[in-house]
Amino acid sequence: MVHSANQIAQFFASYPHDEAVAGVADHIQKFWEKRMRQQLHDYIERGGGGLHELALEAAKRLG
Amino acid sequence: MPVIKEIDYGTPLRVAETLVTLEIDGKAVTVPAGTSVMRAAVDAGVQVPKLCATDNMEAFGSCRLCLVEVEGRRGTPASCTTLAEPGMRVKTQSPKLAKLRRGVMELYISDHPLDCLTCAANGDCELQDMAGVVGLREVRYGYDGANHLKAEKDESNPYFTFDPAKCIVCSRCVRACEEVQGTFALTIESRGFESKVAAGNHNFLDSECVSCGACVQACPTATLVEKSVIEKGQAEHSVVTTCAYCGVGCAFKAEMQGDEVVRMVPYKDGKANHGHSCVKGRFAWGYATHKDRITKPMIREKITDPWREVTWEQAIGRAASEFKRIQAKYGQDSVGGISSSRCTNEETYLVQKLIRAAFGNNNTDTCARVCHSPTGYGLKTTFGTSAGTQNFDSVEQADVIMVIGANPTDAHPVFASQMKKRLREGARLIVVDPRQIDLVKMPHVEAQYHLPLRPGTNVAVINAISHVIVTEGLVDETFVKERCDVQAFENWRKFIAEERNSPETLAPITGVPAADVRAAARMYATGGNGAIYYGLGVTEHSQGSTMVMGMANLAMATGNLGRPGVGVNPLRGQNNVQGACDMGSFPHEFTGYRHVSDEPVRKTFEQDWGVALRGDPGLRIPNMLDAAVEGTFKGLYVQGEDIAQSDPNTKHVTAGLRAMECVVVQDLFLNETAMYAHVFLPGSSFLEKDGTFTNAERRISPVRKAMAPMGGMADWEITVALSNALGYPMHYKHASEIMDEIARLTPTFAGVSFARLDELGSIQWPCNEKAPEGTPVMHIGGFARGKGKFMITEFVATDERTTGRFPLILTTGRILSQYNVGAQTRRTDNNIWHHEDVLEIHPFDAENRGIRDGDLVAIASRAGETTLRAEVTERIQPGVVYTTFHHPVTGANVVTTEFSDWATNCPEYKVTAVEVRLAMKMSEWQSHYLETRKQTTQIEHGAGAKQ
Repeated sequence: MVHSANQIAQFFASYPHDEAVAGVADHIQKFWEKRMRQQLHDYIERGGGGLHELALEAAKRLG
Repeated sequence: MPVIKEIDYGTPLRVAETLVTLEIDGKAVTVPAGTSVMRAAVDAGVQVPKLCATDNMEAFGSCRLCLVEVEGRRGTPASCTTLAEPGMRVKTQSPKLAKLRRGVMELYISDHPLDCLTCAANGDCELQDMAGVVGLREVRYGYDGANHLKAEKDESNPYFTFDPAKCIVCSRCVRACEEVQGTFALTIESRGFESKVAAGNHNFLDSECVSCGACVQACPTATLVEKSVIEKGQAEHSVVTTCAYCGVGCAFKAEMQGDEVVRMVPYKDGKANHGHSCVKGRFAWGYATHKDRITKPMIREKITDPWREVTWEQAIGRAASEFKRIQAKYGQDSVGGISSSRCTNEETYLVQKLIRAAFGNNNTDTCARVCHSPTGYGLKTTFGTSAGTQNFDSVEQADVIMVIGANPTDAHPVFASQMKKRLREGARLIVVDPRQIDLVKMPHVEAQYHLPLRPGTNVAVINAISHVIVTEGLVDETFVKERCDVQAFENWRKFIAEERNSPETLAPITGVPAADVRAAARMYATGGNGAIYYGLGVTEHSQGSTMVMGMANLAMATGNLGRPGVGVNPLRGQNNVQGACDMGSFPHEFTGYRHVSDEPVRKTFEQDWGVALRGDPGLRIPNMLDAAVEGTFKGLYVQGEDIAQSDPNTKHVTAGLRAMECVVVQDLFLNETAMYAHVFLPGSSFLEKDGTFTNAERRISPVRKAMAPMGGMADWEITVALSNALGYPMHYKHASEIMDEIARLTPTFAGVSFARLDELGSIQWPCNEKAPEGTPVMHIGGFARGKGKFMITEFVATDERTTGRFPLILTTGRILSQYNVGAQTRRTDNNIWHHEDVLEIHPFDAENRGIRDGDLVAIASRAGETTLRAEVTERIQPGVVYTTFHHPVTGANVVTTEFSDWATNCPEYKVTAVEVRLAMKMSEWQSHYLETRKQTTQIEHGAGAKQ
């Protein structure tokens, strides 16, 4: 899950910061099932170590 | 319907602005300039006798039967090689012509066995027909002289025989092999009386022949004839349908005796194949009635129990009650389903409908997940719709063809023949592939540039090509300005022009010489119509979607979109990959690629289906398996797919399946996934049902029932029964009603119906008010999304890295004679060409490991280990090994890993770090597999049905 989130973040990292965060958030929202989103949320709750900063920000935006 | 016999016009159709009017047997006829007198005669309703002429190859003028008289000209020219001219007056019948033709026929027959009554071609023999047409009544020469009547028959090919005693040396077979198939396996050996058709290396089987059947189809006698016809005789009726193999979607006539197939003959009016075929569609249909077919529903409590045959009601009832029990216990989202690209549009549509409406979640996925899902994502993002841009015929107008990560001669052979024809006419070729695929160099085809990149570096190569185009001023600025999002283009231009994307900087990563990349880029950008064709070598990577977008960027930057001859064209692996995707089989979207969160769209489905639908995406196949291992996903309905063989990291897949409480498999055979199933529902082959397939060019083609379903139900009927048992009634009486619903709910299918398909033969979507007869080429004048969108495609190396422990890269692929997991082709005589998967390894790597050709070797990755035979070959570059996944016991996917495309989770089949070593015995996994297979596939015949 962390690997997948980081891959998405790596793709959008080429874009300006806000656009990139929005891109990652939009992708996760559109393609990740709620269990996966919950896992990401839980992982961040536990510290979120190793998560790409764009993925971290995007996940927080998704709430 | 009686056996369909298409009109043979004798010579090919010509297209010309100038028209020519002439008179044939007193009838005026107007034809395009360049048309033969023979073809013009057919247009005038006159059949000129012929033997060596047929309309899918150029005139040859050798049989001397089609002679005519032309007013004001001397002699009797051959009508096949004589072109129609204005004012020409032609006579096809006269006493002189009759005498000449009779004389010619007399000579042919003087060296031909007179066994018509017992001949396999009796009733389907042009020589016999022509003897009748010319009124041959005697053969004055007798049979005492030298002849070929005792010539030895070649029966080496499993599907057809070659009997030189019956050959009239018309060269139709040789020309078909050259002009239609493009293989050049046949020739006319020797001269004069000794002339004979010959396949290299002594016989057909050992020759270069690819068994496409073009020679058999072309033969006007019984020289080349199908063994099935020899065995069964002539068909009494035929059904036009669509092949169930690759994404080319060839139209075939299923020639039948009652409900038994005699032979499959490519249909000349098929718009994807124009009467051509490959070994799979033409000959490998025997699986449909193979003894391994399961025709009775079965159930069992545990996967270690033997299967018990039960009634349909019992099996459907068990599946439904289990799914309901699981949902009640573990929640609504604890079940899901997978459909297959081997099934029809109507079937895949119903599976996703059942899941969304009856299960009440969006846990629906399809096998395109593991092949072309990045195509959907990439092309939708850049162009606005998830499909290839062209029709196949577009290649006939291409000037520069770029084949990336595809092997058309093996995986899409009929389209490959069309492409080779264009290449022989002078189009130039760039191949981007780690392997030296056949197209790189074969008879009369040679790539101008082969860019043998390292696996996993596609994006670096496409960026380098685009870098050259941008920095050398080769961008089609007008196209970009008029057709694309200019701001996105400027961002991309800035990114791609950076030195880090230059061929020189990237060469150490890609392994491709910078000069070749530059030259190929210039050729693509400036060589006229540039067309990109790609396959799974593009999509099955961690950057699969990025690469699709990279190709779309390249095509947009050079203006190679929106007209014939150009485009970005995915070569879909299976017959209905495009269709399965169109049908809303992915968990995040409805039919026509509309996201489930789109409320107005969702409402239309809710109103039509009469049920509330979820607006959040469901699980993809790998997510389902992960969730199963984690304990939150417990039930799966699998229609026609075999994830236990085809999906990556087999151990993880089977662990997921084992963790489920109810796996329902609907298939022709007890496949690998069925080893872990609790309910088996016998599926129906493409010959046993009505429906449609959609090929790689968005062509929706009819699948027509030629025989009754062996299990009693078509697959769509099984889904209906399951849905009804689950409490969500479906009321379809015929597959056409399902298509009507699809058309009602999908704007791009609005004009599609079975009646319209009968009328037009096939339809390329979008088909609606704007395009009532379909859309051969997309994005003419504007993209589906409005402005084309350039995306930034940063190269990111895969995390799957070679190490000291795993120093080689494994890449996987397909072979001509086998198809996907092999469930169909392994149950045919195609095994004669490929009875086991082998590991291709470069001589350098082989020698370093003490491996010789044919040795048993172990291949290990961090995911697992298996064994197979080595094939030492320079087709593959040093450091890379290659295999196929057609045979389950090989377990190629035991070795592949869980890494996948960032956007779609399409597995990274093409890059796995491995080590290879000599082996003495099969791997532990293989031994375990064979034992498990034995344990889990036992059947107690009739046991349950008696209860």
